[in-house]
Amino acid sequence: MKMLFAGVLVAAAFGFYTEARALSGRADSDPGTADTLAFVSPFMEDNERCFKCHGQGKYEYENELLGTTVKALMCPDRIIRREDFYISNHRSFSCTDCHSSDYVVFPHPGELRMELKFNCLDCHGGDETYSIFSFEMIEEDYMESVHYKLEDEGFSCWKCHDPHTYRISMRDSKNLKETILYDNNICLYCHSDYTRFQILSDREEVNFLKTHDWLPNQASHFRSVRCIECHTQISDSILVSHLVLPKDRAVKLCNECHSKNSLLMASLYKFQSMEQRRGGFLNGIIMNESYVIGANRNAYLGTLSLAIFGVVILAIVIHVIFRIKTKANLKKG
Amino acid sequence: MYLYPLGIRLWHALNAILIIILIITGISMQYTDKGNLVFIIDFAAAVKWHNITAIILVISYIFFLILNIVSGNAKYYRINRNNLFSDLGKQFRYYVSGMFKGEKHPFPVSMESKFNPLQKLTYVLIMYAGLPLIIISGFGMMFPEITIVKLFGVSGFILTDILHITMAFLVTVFLVIHIYTCTLGTKPTSLFRGMITGYHEPEEESPEEVSPEK
Ligand code: HEM
Repeated sequence: MKMLFAGVLVAAAFGFYTEARALSGRADSDPGTADTLAFVSPFMEDNERCFKCHGQGKYEYENELLGTTVKALMCPDRIIRREDFYISNHRSFSCTDCHSSDYVVFPHPGELRMELKFNCLDCHGGDETYSIFSFEMIEEDYMESVHYKLEDEGFSCWKCHDPHTYRISMRDSKNLKETILYDNNICLYCHSDYTRFQILSDREEVNFLKTHDWLPNQASHFRSVRCIECHTQISDSILVSHLVLPKDRAVKLCNECHSKNSLLMASLYKFQSMEQRRGGFLNGIIMNESYVIGANRNAYLGTLSLAIFGVVILAIVIHVIFRIKTKANLKKG
Repeated sequence: MYLYPLGIRLWHALNAILIIILIITGISMQYTDKGNLVFIIDFAAAVKWHNITAIILVISYIFFLILNIVSGNAKYYRINRNNLFSDLGKQFRYYVSGMFKGEKHPFPVSMESKFNPLQKLTYVLIMYAGLPLIIISGFGMMFPEITIVKLFGVSGFILTDILHITMAFLVTVFLVIHIYTCTLGTKPTSLFRGMITGYHEPEEESPEEVSPEK
C-alpha cells in the first residue's frame, strides 16, 4: 500500500514537473506585463542587427567568398527571444550598452569572446535609484551562500538572473502561483538539467524528486512554495534571501511552516503580509494562495469547538453527579 | 444475550484504536507550534501515522460494511421512521430524568433490537454519514491533485479541510459521549464487558433502577 502511495506521489510530482516546464514559457510572458506589452524600445532598430541572428533558432549569412547564402542553427545559449527581452527589466537597453559595439561586425572578431562581462553590482551598486532592492545586501548574502563557492567555476548573478530576460517577480506578483513557478524554474534550470549543472559542479547527478521524497504531497509543496523557502536563510533586510544554504542546513522540520508563527510569513508572504490581512484565520494572507495545515487555523472554529466540547463535558459531569446522588439515595432508602 | 458477534467486536476494537490514533495525530497537525512538542507529536511523524492509520481505517470500514450486511447485524441500524421523534424524546427523557426516578428502560435491549433510538441514530449518523465524509475529504487531502481547485472562489482544499476537521471534531465529541453512555449499563462496566465477551448483561439487576415508590 505504501509503495502504491509513494508511486502515486512520484507520478503526481512528475506530472507537475513536466507541466511546470511546459508552462514556464507561458509564465515567462505573463506577470507584470501591464506596461510592458505596450513598450516600444527606442533601440528597436539597432537591436534588430543582433536579433536578426540571435532572436531565434535559425540564422543565415552571405558567404561572399563562395557567393552562397549559408543557413545555420544558433547555439541555444546564444538565443535571446525578442518577446522575452522586451518584457524583461532591461528591455530599455540597447544590446551594445553592455556588449562591445564591435559585435556589429560579422563574423564577430574572435577576441570579443574574452570581453569582460558586467555583473549586477557594476550598474546597481551604490545607486540611490535602486536602494529599495538593497543590491549591496543581496551581494553580502550571496557571498555567504553555497553558490558563491562556485564563482571560480563560473558562477555569477547571471546564472539565475539572465540579464536579457530577468523580470522582477515577487515584488510585482499579481499571481503568486505563477511567481512561484517562475522562481522555481530559475533553480530547476540548472538543478534539473545535469548538462547545465555539470558546467559548475563535479557532483553526481541528483534527482530532486527523489531527494525530496520524504516530503508529503510533494507536488503540492512544489506548486505552493519556492525552493528558497527552505533552502535559504531568511533575511530581515532584503525581500528575497540570496543566502542559499548547504543542503544539510535546509529547513526540514514541518512545523517551521506548519505552525502559528509560520516561517512562510517571513519569506514567501513577506511582501504581502505587510500589506493585507485576512480575518478569522491565523496567517490568513497565506490563504489567498494556499492552505497550510497548522498555520491556517480558523480562530472562530477553534473557539466554537472548544465551547461545544466544554458543554459536552459539563453535561457529562452533571449527569455523573445525578447518578451518584441517585445511587446514594438508593443505598439510604 | 449474545449480541455482539466476534467480527463486530474485532472491528470495533480496531476501529476504536485507529480513531484514537487519528484524533491524536490529527490534533498534532492542527496545533503544531514550534516548541510545543510536549503534548503534541512531531508534524512529520503525525502526518506519517495519520496517513497509515487512515488507510487501515478505510479497510476496516469496508470490512464493517460487508460484515454488517453478511452477518445481518445491519438490521439493528434500521431506524423506525414512524414515531422517530417521539421515540428519541422518550429515550432522551429517560437519560435526563427517568433513570434517576427509577423508571424502566423505554426500549429494553433484546435480540430484535440491541440499540435504543438515540443509539441507533448516532451510530447510523457516525457510521453512514460521519465516517464516509471524513474518509472522502481525507482522500481529497491525501491526493490534493484530485481535489476541486476552486468552489465559489474559495479554495477547494480549504473547504475539504474544513469539512474534514469539522467531521473529525464531531467524531471526537461522539467518542466522548459514546464512551460515557457506555457506562450507563447495568453496572458502569457492563457494556464494556459486553463489547469484549459479546454477551449483553441483563438489565433487571440495575442498581439505578429504583422502584417507583422510592
Ligand atoms: C475507546 C473507545 C470506545 C469504547 C470504549 C467503545 C465502547 C463501546 C461499547 C461498550 C459498545 C457496546 C454498547 C452498544 O452497543 O452501544 C460499543 C458499540 C459500538 N460502538 Fe463503540 N466504543 C469506542 C469507540 C468507538 C468509535 C470510535 C466508534 C465509531 C467511530 C464506535 C462505534 C460503535 C458502534 C457503531 C457500536 C455498535 C456496534 C454493534 O453492535 O453493531 N465506537 N462501543
